[in-house]
Amino acid sequence: MIRPPHLPSPDKILTLEDLTVSFDGFKALDGLTLSVDRGELRCIIGPNGAGKTTMMDVVTGKTRPDHGSAWFAQDVDLLALSEPEIAQAGIGRKFQKPTVFESLTVFENLELAIWGDKSFWKDLVARLTRAQRQHIDDILDVIGLTSERAALAGALAHGQKQWLEIGMLLMQEPELLLVDEPVAGMTPQETARTVELLLSLAAEHSLIVVEHDMDFVRSIARRVTVLHEGRVLADGNMDQVQNDPRVVEVYLGA
Amino acid sequence: MSGVRRWTMIEHDRAGAVFLALIAAVAIAAPVLNQLVPASSPFHLSTYSLTLIGKYMCYAMLALAVDLIWGYAGILSLGHAAFFALGGYAMGMYLMRQIGPRGVYGDPILPDFMVFLNWQKLPWFWTGFNHFWFALVAIAAVPAALALVFGWFAFRSRVTGVYFSIMTQALSYALMLAFFRNDMGFGGNNGFTDFKDILGFDLHADRTRVVLVVVTAAALAASYLACRVIVSSRAGRLFRAIRDAESRARFLGYRVESYKLWVFVVSAVLAGIAGALYVPQVGIINPSEFAPINSIEAVIWVAVGGRGTLFGAAMGAVLVNYAKTYFTGALPELWLYALGALFVLVTLFLPHGLAGLGRRRRRAVQAGAAVPAIWVLGSHVGVSLGNKLK
Repeated sequence: MIRPPHLPSPDKILTLEDLTVSFDGFKALDGLTLSVDRGELRCIIGPNGAGKTTMMDVVTGKTRPDHGSAWFAQDVDLLALSEPEIAQAGIGRKFQKPTVFESLTVFENLELAIWGDKSFWKDLVARLTRAQRQHIDDILDVIGLTSERAALAGALAHGQKQWLEIGMLLMQEPELLLVDEPVAGMTPQETARTVELLLSLAAEHSLIVVEHDMDFVRSIARRVTVLHEGRVLADGNMDQVQNDPRVVEVYLGA
Repeated sequence: MSGVRRWTMIEHDRAGAVFLALIAAVAIAAPVLNQLVPASSPFHLSTYSLTLIGKYMCYAMLALAVDLIWGYAGILSLGHAAFFALGGYAMGMYLMRQIGPRGVYGDPILPDFMVFLNWQKLPWFWTGFNHFWFALVAIAAVPAALALVFGWFAFRSRVTGVYFSIMTQALSYALMLAFFRNDMGFGGNNGFTDFKDILGFDLHADRTRVVLVVVTAAALAASYLACRVIVSSRAGRLFRAIRDAESRARFLGYRVESYKLWVFVVSAVLAGIAGALYVPQVGIINPSEFAPINSIEAVIWVAVGGRGTLFGAAMGAVLVNYAKTYFTGALPELWLYALGALFVLVTLFLPHGLAGLGRRRRRAVQAGAAVPAIWVLGSHVGVSLGNKLK
């Protein structure tokens, strides 16, 4: 595996270099090079099969690339770590489909997301401290689910599940949050609430958001990266990207 | 966790409290009815029925072990009879060594089957089994070691679902074939039998039988409490979380494999202890205990009683085995069909098992009352049946 010749610069939270992933000859990523600054809110768009989800899979340890390197902050080699290790290092991931623990309550979902050293024997005797309870209450407030705290997560509305999942990521206290299609299937009101939530998070965390909904992207993004066929096609603010003829051809114009 | 919290946990578990009270009632009533009530009285409990109760409680422990991993962590093991049998074999080895020179061939050291095979000395792995404490360690350690090694490979490779089930089934089947071989040193086809005594007490004496049933009841209650503590802990919540969304748990930073591995090991140990209590009561252990059908039956008990409830699983084991005792006596050729039909019917109409009957009325109290009521009813049938068969 090729390491970058120099360590990433200190203002980068994520540095991907020359990532290549192929599945049965199909190149999901083809020499993807991308970096995200600390504290940035970056939107990633692109047509189906552009490699957005594969990129997230590589960053979170689900998929190993054939080639390339992936660094978190300055010194964490993501390709050498397992999924739980990457989560412990400070990267949280929200799935495309809301993925919460449906047979547990909202409160219990957040409890399980508490950041910390996790092992079977410790969790047999673990109890919530006062500070942790307070933290859960704070997060419930942020995601607007305080009155649903005792409800089963499976009984929540679609939008509420999405927020609960974001809340679980916040419990993890990650430095970098990867969010996959947060407003898919949401009502306009839910979308507006989600925009608000993500913008408030962007102050304290670095965020990468993958989304298809262009209005949503326009409402949150300062910088947009367009992926196409496993590579970066264009990069810049929304106006620049929208006016790029190559982007219009493969994606926006379609 | 503080003691106070543990107690409130049990307090809120009404069905469990009823279940524990029932075990206590059996542990008190069975010895009294067997020892103090004269044999002429209609209330006398025959030693046959007493032993049957002990046997059913061992099955109930095995059901708890299966429910702990299947009901809560979603790991369907179709090989739990293997852990049960290994615990049983460990106890059997101790009991064989206790026979001493009283065997048919009168060899002071070698069990009869070894003399018969012209073996000159004990194989190395029999060393230490003349000590009860050593056997106790082996009863837990052997199933734990197998579960640890098997689970480590299986979970690390992320073998899940039906593939895991098939592998556990194959594991049990392979062990059965191995134990059938005479040169394994475990008595081959015949296994171990003709036990004489345990810790110096005659195994054929009613009093010893009574003590064994009381010890089994205590072990069943302790197993229940251990399982309840596990499923009520944060680790227990994580098991349900893994069942719902395994990858979410992984991306939250949980080493899912290691959680699965440990609960699998705990479950295997419980099954091993159940097997060890079973062998002195039924008086025999042979390779058929490893048979795939035994593991499948254990899963059916849990499904019938109510998966993910613990007490329901234990009750299911008792109920199905009463039914088995009846059918194999009255209509032996129909038993397997009846078992299959039972499984299909429960799956179709009672997805939460018998324990789910009460849940539908939204009151755990009723679940706690309905199942024991059926159980008591069943026990009457069982006792009178026991008397009839005598």
